[in-house]
Amino acid sequence: MRVFSIFSGLFSPILASLGELAMLAGDTFGSIARGRIRMGLTIRQIAEIGFGSQLVVVVTGAFTGAVFTAQAYFQFASLNMETAVGPVVTLAMFRELGPALTGLMVAGRVGAAMSAEIGTMKVTQQIDALRALAVNPVDYLVVPRALAMLISMPILVVECVGLGVLASYYVGVHVLGITGVYFVANVQKFTEGSDIMMSLIKGFVFGGLIVFISCREGLRAKDGAVGVGRATTATVVTSSLAILITNFFLTMALNILFPAGQR
Amino acid sequence: MIEPLIHVQNLVQRIGGQEILRGLNLDLFPGETLVLLGKSGGGKSVFLRHLIGLMRPVSGSIVFEGSEITTLKERELEPIRRKIGMLFQDGALFDSMNVFDNVAFPLRERGEHDPAVVREKVARSLAMVNMTGHEHKMPVNLSGGMRKRVALARAIISPPDVILYDEPTAGLDPIVSDSINRLIRRLQSQLRVTSLVVTHDMVSCNRVADRVALLHEGRIHFLGTTQQLRDAQDPIIRDFVDGRSGETVY
Repeated sequence: MRVFSIFSGLFSPILASLGELAMLAGDTFGSIARGRIRMGLTIRQIAEIGFGSQLVVVVTGAFTGAVFTAQAYFQFASLNMETAVGPVVTLAMFRELGPALTGLMVAGRVGAAMSAEIGTMKVTQQIDALRALAVNPVDYLVVPRALAMLISMPILVVECVGLGVLASYYVGVHVLGITGVYFVANVQKFTEGSDIMMSLIKGFVFGGLIVFISCREGLRAKDGAVGVGRATTATVVTSSLAILITNFFLTMALNILFPAGQR
Repeated sequence: MIEPLIHVQNLVQRIGGQEILRGLNLDLFPGETLVLLGKSGGGKSVFLRHLIGLMRPVSGSIVFEGSEITTLKERELEPIRRKIGMLFQDGALFDSMNVFDNVAFPLRERGEHDPAVVREKVARSLAMVNMTGHEHKMPVNLSGGMRKRVALARAIISPPDVILYDEPTAGLDPIVSDSINRLIRRLQSQLRVTSLVVTHDMVSCNRVADRVALLHEGRIHFLGTTQQLRDAQDPIIRDFVDGRSGETVY
C-alpha cells in the first residue's frame, strides 16, 4: 500500500502533465483542422521563431561540426581512418546532433520567451481579457506559435546540420589535411535520404514538444512575476529533458523505419 | 413582470478551502445599473468572473437570457461573451498593442477588416471615453485612469448588452473617479446597456446605481435603492455606509 502511494505520488504529476500536454496539443490541432488560423500572427511567429533563431542555430551547428571533426580526426588518425571522419560527423549531425542541439537551443531561446510572454499575459489578466472578448486563447496564442514552430524547426535543423557538415569539411580538409575528394566521396557514399528524413522528423517532433510545453507552462503561470519566472525555468528544463528523452525513443523507433548501417 | 437578464441562484464558490460565495442569489434586470458593494476580498470580483464564465462555481446556477451558462464549455461560452463586456480592475489591456489596436481588437476578431470602418469605430469609441488623441500610446505609458478608459472603449466598441465593471474607480483620484462615474451613466443612457458595477466606493455607488446590493460573507445581505441603503439601520450596512471598521479605537 505504501509502495503504491509512493509510486502514485511520483508518477501522478508526470501523468497529469502529459495529459494536459496531450489535451493542449489536441485542442491546437483541432483548431488548425477547423481552419482557426490567424495568418498574420503565424507569419509574425515564423519570423520570431524561424528567422530570429537562425544565428544561434547556425553557430551551434558549425562549431559542433568543427569540434566533432577535430576530435574524430584525433582518434581516427591513430588507426589511419581519417577518411571516415566525414561520414561519421555527417551521420551524427543528421541523425542525432543536429535535431537535438537545434531543439535545445530553440527551447532556450524561443521556448523561454514564449512561456514568459504567455505567462505575463496570464498573471496580468490579459488572457482573461481575451476570453472575455470571446477569443479562445488556444486559437489566438497557441495555434500561431505551434504552426510557426512546426514549420520552422525542420528548416532550422537542416540549417544546423548543413552548417555542421560545411564546418566539418572546412576543418577536416583545410585545417587537418584530409583529402577533400575522399571526404566528399565518403560522405556521399554513407549518407542517404533516410538520414535527412530522420533529421526532419526529429525536428518536427522536438518543435511540437517545445511549443506545447512552453505554452502550457505559460498558460498555467500564477503568482505574479515569481510565477512567470518559475514557468520560464520549468519550460527550459522540461523541454530540454523531454527532447533528450524523446530523442532516445525516437532514435530506436526511427531506426526500424530507416535502419542505419544497411548500405 | 420583467424577466431578469441574468438570474443567479445559490452560487457557491470555494478557493483554497475557503468558501468565498455561500449561496448567492441575485437578479439583474435589463437596462438597470446595479452596484454590488462589499468589503475588499469579499468575493465581489470572483462573483463577476462567474457571470462571464471565467470561473466555474462549485454549485449553483447562472441563467443569462434563459440559458444556463455554468455548464457550458469554453467555446460554447463565446456567443454569450460577445453580449457581455467586462472592464477589468486594472484594464487588462494587451501590452504588446497600442491604444488603437487594443480598442480595434474586438472588431477585427469579429471579422471587421475594413481599415476605414475600424478607424471610424475606434475614433467614436475613444471619443466616448474622452481618449481621443492617445491612439498611438502604448498601455505602459498610460495612467491608471487612462488605462481604464481605454479598456472601457474596448469593451463598448461592439456594443454589448451588459457591461460588468470590476472596481472601475479603485485607485483613482476623485476627479478621474467622477469622470468614470459620469461615463458609466452616459453609456447607460446612450447605449442602453445593463450594468453591474462592483465597487467599495460609496461615492461611485451613489452616482451610478439604480439598485444596490451588499455582499457580506458570501451572500447578498441587502438589496434595494441607494436611498434605502442610506436609511438602513442594520449594523453591517451602517458600518459599510459610514466607513466604520467595527474595531475598538484606543
